[in-house]
Amino acid sequence: MSTVATNADTAPKALPPGHYSLLDLVKSEWTKIRTVRSTMWTIGVTILLGIGIGALVCAVTRAHWSSMNLGSRLSFDAPAQSLVGLFIAQFSVGILGVLVISAEYSTGTIRATFSSAPKRSRVFAAKVIVFGLLAFVVAEVTSFVAFFLGQFLLSSPATHASLSSPGASRAVFGGGLYICVLGLIALGLATVIRHTAGAISAFVGILLILPIIAAALPNQLSQDVRKFMPDRIGVDMLTTKGENVGTFSPWVGMLVLCIYAVVLLVIGNSLLQRRDA
Amino acid sequence: MIEAKGLTKHYGSKHAVEQLSFTVRPGYVTGFLGPNGSGKSTTMRMVMGLDAPTAGDVTVKGQHFDDLRWPLREVGALLEAKAIHPGRSARSHLKMLAQTNGISMARVDELLDVVGLTSVAGKRAGKFSLGMGQRLGIAAALLGDPEILLFDEPVNGLDPDGIRWVRNLLKGLAKEGRTVFVSSHLMSEMALTADEVVIIGKGKLISQISIDELLSQSTENYVRVRSPEAAKLKSALEHEGAVVALEDDGSLSVRGANEVAIGELAAKIPVVLHELAPQSASLEEAFMELTEDSVEFHGSTSTGANNSTGATS
Repeated sequence: MSTVATNADTAPKALPPGHYSLLDLVKSEWTKIRTVRSTMWTIGVTILLGIGIGALVCAVTRAHWSSMNLGSRLSFDAPAQSLVGLFIAQFSVGILGVLVISAEYSTGTIRATFSSAPKRSRVFAAKVIVFGLLAFVVAEVTSFVAFFLGQFLLSSPATHASLSSPGASRAVFGGGLYICVLGLIALGLATVIRHTAGAISAFVGILLILPIIAAALPNQLSQDVRKFMPDRIGVDMLTTKGENVGTFSPWVGMLVLCIYAVVLLVIGNSLLQRRDA
Repeated sequence: MIEAKGLTKHYGSKHAVEQLSFTVRPGYVTGFLGPNGSGKSTTMRMVMGLDAPTAGDVTVKGQHFDDLRWPLREVGALLEAKAIHPGRSARSHLKMLAQTNGISMARVDELLDVVGLTSVAGKRAGKFSLGMGQRLGIAAALLGDPEILLFDEPVNGLDPDGIRWVRNLLKGLAKEGRTVFVSSHLMSEMALTADEVVIIGKGKLISQISIDELLSQSTENYVRVRSPEAAKLKSALEHEGAVVALEDDGSLSVRGANEVAIGELAAKIPVVLHELAPQSASLEEAFMELTEDSVEFHGSTSTGANNSTGATS
């Protein structure tokens, strides 16, 4: 190999100053997320069902209001009623959160991504920022529109609320935030699991299966465990009427939920550094 | 410049790459040859910082890949065909890569044109043929106009036209002074493209050698001679120090003397010659010869592949 000398002049090409930045990666992640159909589908479902289910339930309640007994009328939680669609929206946002990273693994684009930006924490931060902001905006818009439309459909004589009603603004804003944080939990799970089906199963399991298991525990223990579960935290956030015995207050619950998200994202990030892509 | 020193990768008990050292220099096309499963792709992934070596080290431009300031502008790679989201268009795929390193959309469109995908740039990549996927991967590798280029089996799935295009592209890139490292399991392909080859088998280096040297070193170079007086010619040749074998069809295989020497000797004796044909080993044969002990997956009925590898250089 020493017999041949370099056969061309190789003046090093001038590179721009500095280095690729978080902002470059945020732009790239934004392009990624808006150029696949799954994003449009999951966001479409989130908005449509998140608003539509609540509206439907409110319209039906209004129509049956006169036949409802006094007890049900008094305990009627108008804000929660209009936001009931968020319990479907949580799954579609979760699926988007999973796909944001799992689709990179299933298609192999993760290797193209890391070949152009090998600082993996920076890539992951960009992903979390882009997905987090998108999920936040979509979830809040869904929540607020669902609330206003639902209250409009309830109208007199049915009990209806405004944002200044007790707990209403918390339920509406907090409901959107709850969806967004759940989405980040899904993103964290998918970063750890790296498979679309596996991560979606884990996410759905946490929301649907864990409560069933908790319910099988002895009474007091069941209640103690139950209040730590994401779905319970979501219900408490949306509820504006009645006492929730033995659960966290809405914002403490939200704090617990945020801790889950942060822990999962930190674990996901550290695995991302350690594992081969 | 790509430099590997003692590069090693173990997956559990499987030794994918073992103590691999080689240098890929600028200005040349360096082929990376080995049978299937010999560790070529693993090595390339380690160069790109995607897989962490178990031991040893590999650098590009003297740096670790993840320390590069503008990775896409410094090293371009085609690692696998169709590593593309099937729902994303070719243009969007290149766009999201370009943005990571602040590369303009003008450059994206320029490259779509270079690889001939402009007319399908907006189509979903899932509908692409393997060949179109390769072209898109090549466009991605060239996006940052990098000094160093890695291609893993770039001609897979291309039609003859495409193969010729890739061949010329690789040579052209090397001529511009770039470092071009291209893997293949086809020696014949490398013979037409590469100046030099790094040959591995079972994850170990067998040889780093120029194509010309590889050919001349091969023991399969000989001259086939036919003569009605074969026996007479054979003894004369052996007298001159050549190694001569009498083949079943009556021809002679002469090693250690070229066609010129044999022809002159025949005239001097004199004997009549019916054929005087230099047989040069195909590179494919030379390659087989080098790697015969280190093929991971034998297609034949032979059992228990020998664990030793050929001479290292």
